[in-house]
Amino acid sequence: MFRSIEFINMRLLKIILGITAVGIPGFFGIKEIIADPVYFMELFLGGLTRGSIYALIALGYTMVYGIIQLINFAHGEIYMIGAMTALIVASVLGLWGWNSAVIAILAFVFAIVYSCAYGFTVEKIAYKPLRNAPRLSALISAIGMSLFLQNYVMLAQTPNFLPFESLIPDFEFWEPFAHIITAVEMTIIVTTVITMILLGILIKFTKIGKAMRATAQDKVMASLVGINVNNVISTTFVVGSATAAIGGVLIACHVGQINFFIGFLAGLKAFIAAVLGGIGSVPGAVLGSLVLGISESLFTGYFWSEYEDVFAFTILVIILIFRPSGILGKHEISKV
Amino acid sequence: MVTKKEIKQSFFIALWFMVLTFPIMVIKVNTIKHIILFRWENFVWVGVIGFFASLIWNYFLRLKEQKKKSDNGDDIPLVHRLLQNERVRIPFLAAIAVFFLAYPFVFPMYHTSIMISALVYVMLGLGLNIVVGLAGLLDLGYVAFYAVGAYAYALLNLHFGISFWIVLPVSAVLGFICGTLLGYPVLRLRGDYLAIVTLGFGEIIRIILENWDEFSNGPRGIPNVPAPSFFGYQFGQHGSVIYIYFIVIALVLLTIFFVSRLENSKIGRAWIALRDDEIACQAMGIDKFKTKLTAFALGATWASIAGVVFAAKTSFVNPMSFTIWESITILCVVVIGGMGSAIGVIAGALVLILLPEYLRAVSEYRMLVFGALQVIVMVFKPEGLIQSVRKKYKFEKLKD
Repeated sequence: MFRSIEFINMRLLKIILGITAVGIPGFFGIKEIIADPVYFMELFLGGLTRGSIYALIALGYTMVYGIIQLINFAHGEIYMIGAMTALIVASVLGLWGWNSAVIAILAFVFAIVYSCAYGFTVEKIAYKPLRNAPRLSALISAIGMSLFLQNYVMLAQTPNFLPFESLIPDFEFWEPFAHIITAVEMTIIVTTVITMILLGILIKFTKIGKAMRATAQDKVMASLVGINVNNVISTTFVVGSATAAIGGVLIACHVGQINFFIGFLAGLKAFIAAVLGGIGSVPGAVLGSLVLGISESLFTGYFWSEYEDVFAFTILVIILIFRPSGILGKHEISKV
Repeated sequence: MVTKKEIKQSFFIALWFMVLTFPIMVIKVNTIKHIILFRWENFVWVGVIGFFASLIWNYFLRLKEQKKKSDNGDDIPLVHRLLQNERVRIPFLAAIAVFFLAYPFVFPMYHTSIMISALVYVMLGLGLNIVVGLAGLLDLGYVAFYAVGAYAYALLNLHFGISFWIVLPVSAVLGFICGTLLGYPVLRLRGDYLAIVTLGFGEIIRIILENWDEFSNGPRGIPNVPAPSFFGYQFGQHGSVIYIYFIVIALVLLTIFFVSRLENSKIGRAWIALRDDEIACQAMGIDKFKTKLTAFALGATWASIAGVVFAAKTSFVNPMSFTIWESITILCVVVIGGMGSAIGVIAGALVLILLPEYLRAVSEYRMLVFGALQVIVMVFKPEGLIQSVRKKYKFEKLKD
């Protein structure tokens, strides 16, 4: 009896809060949009770009989480290392006087290859020996790895911000649209879409994708039907690292400067996006990232820009209270 | 012994690391002046260190496997054996007591001041130990509660002139309330979400303190936080350092007393049971949510008290003292010292805080080493340097 009353109240509360959360900003939002549509469009596209980057990072989180139920804290650092490698390769080749198109391609390739290698190595060192340990151990090991990688880059390179010369040129054919959305932003969105499609094909139609899905469902059963679970986990880390590296290089082109600490906040935001979409679900991560990116951009544009990160964390807490399984996630039942 | 196969394997691993770290370790670019520096000596170092590290790593992994097979279970650390031995126990404790009592009079003020900060970390570590070590909840925003305490003292004193001794209990209550408020929404969820939410909460508190000028004076912070008084008598600069030192010693003793009493109490046993197996624990009739919330809020209380002491000691608070690094340092203290073991945490805090202070030359590598140690401890010795010993009841065989 008591429980049912509580249940109804909780549901009612959710509906009321949902209506206020969407309705009030929506009402004021429409007024603002009508007043200045160009500003809104700029914010929206900026948010879309930001969301695309989050999506590229969030994929790594969600895929790893789907398979071994671990928050890979070092994922943000992999993303940072991708951007760092691209910067180093690009500046070395730039000084040697290579063609800028070749530099851009090589920087991307090196960033992806090195990030994959780092992702692979991190998994082998910090997570594989803890496969059967309590979750807390693996989580602490992940934090330690993240701390180590950050400081490793800081000590080996520099703690200061390094200017990053954009690898993406201002395409001439894009000139007429450049006042709405820059060529770099356009490239980010297009690259993200292509990466998503490729990843979708990988997961849906290839043999390794099938093995990944099987491992995510049940590790023991998967190994019984002849799937090498260790290889699948390594592949997941490598694929996740590759998308993170793409995101890292793209955002470095967009922002124009990087340092050793960029992975921390980007990683956190991407994680929030993954939770928002429903952790463990690949389409959820993309959707969550876009929602987070756009709402964050609108929030900073219309309200306080200094509380941008506070907004993201507030969203996280709100989802965790009212819908912990995220937008597309399934409800999890704990079993013995 | 090391076989030929292992040497070959280590050789390839070293080669892998040499290639892996090449762009970041060897090349150093200055994109402003357009200079590239090739540091080939690092290339060789990575190879040599990688080779030996891999050999040692494999050796210890094998050792761990063997140990797992021949598990005898009764591995009591040296410190505990010393403390259990009646003859050693009293002189041992007396020596420690004399050392800490004489410390501020023997060593100059600078060393006393460093010791105070190490002891504040002991308090923080013991508080976090309740949350992480006993209840198994990973709290990465512990520093937020520390900030709550420090700012509570600074602001209450600034606006209302309230003294240290009144703020101390007030901040404890405030910490408890904050812990409950934050714990309430997130503790219903699975453990790993808690890590992220607390991490976020820690950052939120810092961002708010930095941006809300009218409330916290922004990044400039609040200066002239007074040192505690002794029944209305205010010590001079030197005297007040010694005075704070003894206050901290008293608070640490109080903390140790509380924590050791808590550990074997009904709620302490519930925490440990919850950490080890949530579902089994619930089946035994323990309210999971309430138990976790108590642990979380009690941890917050201790951080808040430590914050008040910190503000009184530095006489200045600003948001830069409460960054994520601080949380991670405290976590390192708990993890490396030994989760759940009070002696381990105390030793961990003293070693991890004092050592970098005195080894200034290598202190920039502090965080690097902390990160590496976290991974190594988790892989090879998850119970930490000094492992906790649970209270056991043994039935001696009757002699006939």
